[in-house]
Amino acid sequence: MALNDMHAEAVAGVVDRVVARYHRDPTCMVQILREVQEACDWISPEAIDRMQVTLGVPRTKIEGVAGFYAFFYTEPRGKYRVLFSDNITDRMLGSKAMMDRLCNSLWVERGKVSEDGLVSVAQTACTGMCDQGPALLINNYAIAGLTAERIDEIAELIRGKVPLAEWPPAYFKTEDNIRRADILLNADFKPGEALLAARARAPSDGLNSSNMRSWREGLPSGIGGPGATLDEIKRANLRGRGGAGFTTGLKWEACRNAPLKAGAQRIVVCNADEGEPGTFKDRVLLSRNPDLVFEGMTVAAYAVGATRGFVYLRGEYRYMLDHLNAVLAHRRRQNLLGKDILGLPGADFDIEIHVGAGAYICGEESALIESLEGKRGTPRNRPPFPVTNGYLDQPTIVNNVETFAAAALIALNGGDWYAAIGTKHSAGTKLLSVSGDCERPGIYEYPFGVSIRQVLEDCGATDTQAAQVSGPSGICVAEAEFDRIIGFEDIPTAGAFTVFDNTRDMFEVARNYVHFFQHESCGFCTPCRVGTSLLKNLMDKLHNGCGSPYDFTEIEKLNQLLQSMSHCGLGHTACNPVLDTIAKFRPYYDQRMIQQDFTPAFDLDRALSSARQMTGRDDAGAHLVSENGGAA
Amino acid sequence: MSHTFTLDGKTIPFVDGQTIIQAAGAAGVFIPHLCYHPEFKPHGSCKLCTVKVNGRHTASCTMRASPGMVVESETEEINAERRALTQMLFVEGNHFCPSCEKSGNCQLQATAYHLGMMSPHYDHFFPNRAVDASHPEVLLDFNRCILCSLCVRASRDVDGKNVFALSGRGIKTHLIVNAKSGELGDTDFTLSDKAAQVCPVGVILKKRQGFAVPIGERKFDKAPISETAETTGGR
Ligand SMILES: Cc1cc2nc3c(=O)[nH]c(=O)nc-3n(C[C@H](O)[C@H](O)[C@H](O)COP(=O)(O)O)c2cc1C
Ligand code: SF4
Ligand code: SF4
Ligand code: FES
Repeated sequence: MALNDMHAEAVAGVVDRVVARYHRDPTCMVQILREVQEACDWISPEAIDRMQVTLGVPRTKIEGVAGFYAFFYTEPRGKYRVLFSDNITDRMLGSKAMMDRLCNSLWVERGKVSEDGLVSVAQTACTGMCDQGPALLINNYAIAGLTAERIDEIAELIRGKVPLAEWPPAYFKTEDNIRRADILLNADFKPGEALLAARARAPSDGLNSSNMRSWREGLPSGIGGPGATLDEIKRANLRGRGGAGFTTGLKWEACRNAPLKAGAQRIVVCNADEGEPGTFKDRVLLSRNPDLVFEGMTVAAYAVGATRGFVYLRGEYRYMLDHLNAVLAHRRRQNLLGKDILGLPGADFDIEIHVGAGAYICGEESALIESLEGKRGTPRNRPPFPVTNGYLDQPTIVNNVETFAAAALIALNGGDWYAAIGTKHSAGTKLLSVSGDCERPGIYEYPFGVSIRQVLEDCGATDTQAAQVSGPSGICVAEAEFDRIIGFEDIPTAGAFTVFDNTRDMFEVARNYVHFFQHESCGFCTPCRVGTSLLKNLMDKLHNGCGSPYDFTEIEKLNQLLQSMSHCGLGHTACNPVLDTIAKFRPYYDQRMIQQDFTPAFDLDRALSSARQMTGRDDAGAHLVSENGGAA
Repeated sequence: MSHTFTLDGKTIPFVDGQTIIQAAGAAGVFIPHLCYHPEFKPHGSCKLCTVKVNGRHTASCTMRASPGMVVESETEEINAERRALTQMLFVEGNHFCPSCEKSGNCQLQATAYHLGMMSPHYDHFFPNRAVDASHPEVLLDFNRCILCSLCVRASRDVDGKNVFALSGRGIKTHLIVNAKSGELGDTDFTLSDKAAQVCPVGVILKKRQGFAVPIGERKFDKAPISETAETTGGR
């Protein structure tokens, strides 16, 4: 059968099989689209025809969803779909040269499909391999640590049409690079022990037995294990590790107390979307100790009375899916998931994994829930909040991977033990994903309160001019601030820690981040959809040497507008990298100012470049020298 | 239960469940908006209706009113921000008012007048969007779509047809119709659909009607948008 040219019948067969496996449930649309594409290489109009019939949903809905996610293709795509990670650290490690090498070798233009329909090569946002870049995804499987030789080998395999399954397994090996471990990464954890500890903590006096629901309702009266577990989480002072730092105990309590409508259940969601460029600690936690994370989810289910759980795994981590599913299956056999967990009557809980498809915004919890429901990942209007009206309008908690891992340890060792670690306002430890200009990139686990300077020293960073903490939406810290600490009282972080030494141009760093936000804006609200594009254009204007102080005022104004009018956190923070770098690394901007006043973005000479390309002329006579010397 | 809040110092009564814009509309007070329509479920995407509630910005079409709220709307600060939003919408699409059939009946244009927008300010994006003339009665000129989703909601919730939806993401978000060919002519859309009447700008246009009412005598030529009953929700 010719590539990309499956017969309608074959496509229908694939669709039927996938749709049947998801019980004809349109809320599984994202999973269905992903699997259909894995089998057919793209989502053809014929596939949509068939989905429309078998799922009973209008075509507009399917096309609307398929069109939202970067990893879904509604146009024919190569049999091999190569995406190079375009995070700033991948760039610093030479990803662009790697991509050019592959494109040249395969005779394919970036962003296009090769003429024989075999391969396409393009870029994608950070793939979460910053400690071992440059990295790429091939049909959503990660290959890290690229070298020129490896690129040549890959080109050869593609040319030879070798099926991905037959490629050398070593290519797909990723490193954990754990450089400093503390309670989480050192945990010598045996599956089930946190749950046993939680159950044992049930008070016998029945004080906590009020307000028992769902799996608690099945428990013998007087046992308040869930209440006691919740108390430990509160006592631990645990705050969410996904960035915003909301108090976990309060979130869980609100969900537990939310009224249940008839037939509804409570839901636990693990946010493994990890889209913030520079963050890869959830990947390592999941590959290193998935049991700890799943057990934390089960502890949460026990505490709030949930019966259904989801892991929302980012599409970039598709390669982990089979392994994670095997771990879940093993837990079911151990009676740590499923019915009557650990023999507790009514203790029912199970976990499904949903895989995303290349949309950073799906890390935002309400967009994540929309995506879980098989929709476009657009953030919802709030209130109501997910704790009362989440997945399919049921009470839902969404927590970060690391939050669940910490919760399991708290269930095991108690809240007081945990609260004693870290600082007063930031209990426990934090995983940092360190990458960039340093000798030892990787995962560092510290008690909260560690200084930026300490981290830089530990990772072997020298001549550092800046550290970007918490990724593009976080904060850029210059040398004068290196004694500031990681913690909710000073610099909170989801986990990214990107190091830039004195050779780096901080303007280009900010520009990369702005491109990221522009690309990842969901497009729902006007200020962010248009504002991030305007900001990108302004940064490109500066990059092209057409900057003036006027542009700063424009950036300031855009920032104001995005902050105040945007619908969600993406829009609110989209200008941060620019403002931070203007404030702290002004010379990089000043060197791009060629006029004191105003310079238009339009450059006559540049406008002629396509004409030059078409005519094959590039002599002096084919150039205009503009007044401001902007011809480059 | 009936309560009140204040809007620019004026006392506004409301009943439980009403959003700020609904209560304001019922009291005859205009808050600029584009994606809100009193007959449809609020959406909250255009952000034109943003007000300050107890000092914090929020979309008034989705925010439930609560007793004692202090709401600011017609301030120079907020209107400047709203003006920037309309400018953004103008440069994002291709809005050449003098050549548009909807001119004078267009909510985007009228809102821009209301906010005193004098120029587009930003560089135009000049997107390349093809017109769909496949339907016998209706023309779709995507050049002017502001992605308000009103047609989507009307078709889904009132007509029960799902003729329209949004696809794409970010700045590439665009309107699609329910046909394999992608053309309106291949859908079950009709002129009597609710979705045929809701577009606030000049995208969904009835064919052979152009300029039936001369420019100068159209809705917003006669009265500014802030005084038009339809937009305060008083219909
Ligand atoms: C644009 C955006 C992206 C986000 N991405 C993530 C993410 O990748 N992972 C994550 O855990 N939280 C992410 N969040 C935060 C979540 O919305 C939510 O606060 C978090 O998952 C709650 O978990 P926690 O309380 O355990 O931190 C994101 C938020 C925004 C606004
Ligand atoms: S702020 Fe950006 S990402 Fe968030 S809803 Fe608006 S367009 Fe979408
Ligand atoms: S066609 Fe009109 S009603 Fe529909 S989304 Fe676009 S602007 Fe809104
Ligand atoms: S009218 Fe409220 S956001 Fe559009």
